[in-house]
Amino acid sequence: MEIKIDEKTCTGCSLCKKVCLYDAVEIVKGKVVINENCVFCGACIEVCKFGSIEIAGLKEEEKNFSDYRGVCIYLEANGETIADVGFELISEGRKLARQLGVELSAVAVGSGIEKSVLEAFQYGLDKLYLIDSPVFSDNLDDIFAKALVQVITRYKPEIFLAGATWFGRTLIPKVAAILKTGLTADCTGLEIDKEKKILLQTRPTFGGNILATIITRNARPQMATIRPHVMEKKKIGEGKGDYKDRIEYYGDKIEYIKIDESKFKSKYKLISTEKELNENINITDYDVIVSGGRGLGGSEKFSMIKKLADLLGGVVGASRAAVDSGWISYPHQVGQTGKTVNPKMYIACGISGAIQHLAGMQTSDIIIAINKDPSAPIFKVANYGIVGDIFEVVPMLIKRLRDGKPLV
Amino acid sequence: MIRIKIVVCIKQVPGTTEIKIDPQTNTLIREGIENIINPFDAYAIEEGVRIRERFSPEEVEVIALTMGPPQSKEILKEAISVGVDSAILLSDRAFAGADTWATSTTLAKAINKIGDCRLIILGKQTLDGDTGQVGPELAQRLDIPFIGYASSILEIDKNKMKVKRLMEDRYETFEINLPAAISVVKDINTPRVPSLRGKIKAKSVEIPVWDAKQLEADENEVGLAGSYTQVVKIFTPKIKHEIKMIEGSPEEQVEQLHKVLKELNVV
Repeated sequence: MEIKIDEKTCTGCSLCKKVCLYDAVEIVKGKVVINENCVFCGACIEVCKFGSIEIAGLKEEEKNFSDYRGVCIYLEANGETIADVGFELISEGRKLARQLGVELSAVAVGSGIEKSVLEAFQYGLDKLYLIDSPVFSDNLDDIFAKALVQVITRYKPEIFLAGATWFGRTLIPKVAAILKTGLTADCTGLEIDKEKKILLQTRPTFGGNILATIITRNARPQMATIRPHVMEKKKIGEGKGDYKDRIEYYGDKIEYIKIDESKFKSKYKLISTEKELNENINITDYDVIVSGGRGLGGSEKFSMIKKLADLLGGVVGASRAAVDSGWISYPHQVGQTGKTVNPKMYIACGISGAIQHLAGMQTSDIIIAINKDPSAPIFKVANYGIVGDIFEVVPMLIKRLRDGKPLV
Repeated sequence: MIRIKIVVCIKQVPGTTEIKIDPQTNTLIREGIENIINPFDAYAIEEGVRIRERFSPEEVEVIALTMGPPQSKEILKEAISVGVDSAILLSDRAFAGADTWATSTTLAKAINKIGDCRLIILGKQTLDGDTGQVGPELAQRLDIPFIGYASSILEIDKNKMKVKRLMEDRYETFEINLPAAISVVKDINTPRVPSLRGKIKAKSVEIPVWDAKQLEADENEVGLAGSYTQVVKIFTPKIKHEIKMIEGSPEEQVEQLHKVLKELNVV
């Protein structure tokens, strides 16, 4: 296997050299030569205007995947409720299933989720595989993986999607490794290639600076984890009235998967779970995030950020600088070393906007930046900007929201 | 005496903070990007060294392992300079283009070749790939438990460990038997700077290079040929960005901002 250069068409324009992130392109005697640093990422192939570069010698086995059919969604449970990302994926999965002309199914694994999981039908599900057993009351990755593998091998979906939650990103790679198939992490876009009928999985890499489209070759199902809040959840068929909460109503749409509980012994023992200061700190769940950064100057100033967040029904986020200074705890950190968030509104207060921070929040619907430095990079991604002193602007905004009286 | 072997898996990546995008062609400009040790891996190295320090030094051996082109030796030397005992480079043209599956295949073969590894530590994800999948896939290949996003190792002895992991809204503490694998978040420690002794050792250390043949790896199970996923397109996101600056006195700014919040139905 190698990268082949067509010397007849290569002009030595060096555009490929510019885009190569691995220093693998050299121009020798006016032609491109690929050296050993190459990781076959394909960036040079994409950028070449002359079609001079191709990957050659990659053997493609002709495998028949016709017994794999349908789109299947993993509904991750959080205690007895179903995580929202599952419903987002059903809405997205419906589109994919329609394009392929196949069934849309979902699998839920948990303890005491029988009632809450029914909500999934409101998003348009053809079939639900339900594994409800007390053995799944804790998030023990290995037995969840075993349960999912059991369903996937039995029903053979061609596409399997799960939320890129922290649990999902630990669990689903295990599932893919057991099934011996590919897995694309943290996708933000899915499409069906109309000709080949395969799944095109698009995801950000290099901290969101690049998007890569990935396919699954030589194996099925095509598996991907999808970033929460990116796909839109959309209810259909609200008209089920009183019946929509009744298990009987769905009849043969629900398939109860019986498991042999004695065979689901985990290698993990969960000793304790701590929630931080009985405050819900899953900042990725909120529609509004008000974040504070280095400009706040101290932990006591976060109370002002918290007040604003509370008034807007949101949650407090923070930059790495604020967390590293010990002003607020790590679960609040937004950015590459913290969490990736996509709220409807992100308000950045005194955050300059280092690229690692932007990587974690630039896909927010609306970004408002308040910073005293007009050249702060945060303004490059913000939709609304205020150049000003956060210690003046934020308290004034809090007062405005509380009193409801116009200031001018 | 049998030593406890800890393997730390690390990767050399292009430092992304330097990446710029050419506004004319909407392509990346690579010039000036340095290759660095994946920042998340620094915490993995540090944790390996700290675990050794919990035991007596001769009881534990910390081995840094990487797969990459020959120049990846540099990060192994860096690992040695901050206290890792030895390092191995997995390098072969056949390894290039590996996805997370083929990477875990290669790493698993190396770990089996090293033999008797009790603990494998990785960073939570890499800066370039951003997947975080190699850890759990590797653990599955080795048939050992995996704890992702570890934020603290509370207890560890030769046979088991108590480890706390961070989830979005909580911490969970697990007890697992060794051998096991973990990936760590930056909360777990503060990496040390290289010592003078470490730097001297790093300069002179011999780093063995294992190729596909030494790993007894078939060319079709490693690299791009052994991958189940393949990149078919790479592009830079189109940024359609417009900012509305809110001007005026602070009172006017806040009043306008309030109006914006109202229009967007936030209040």
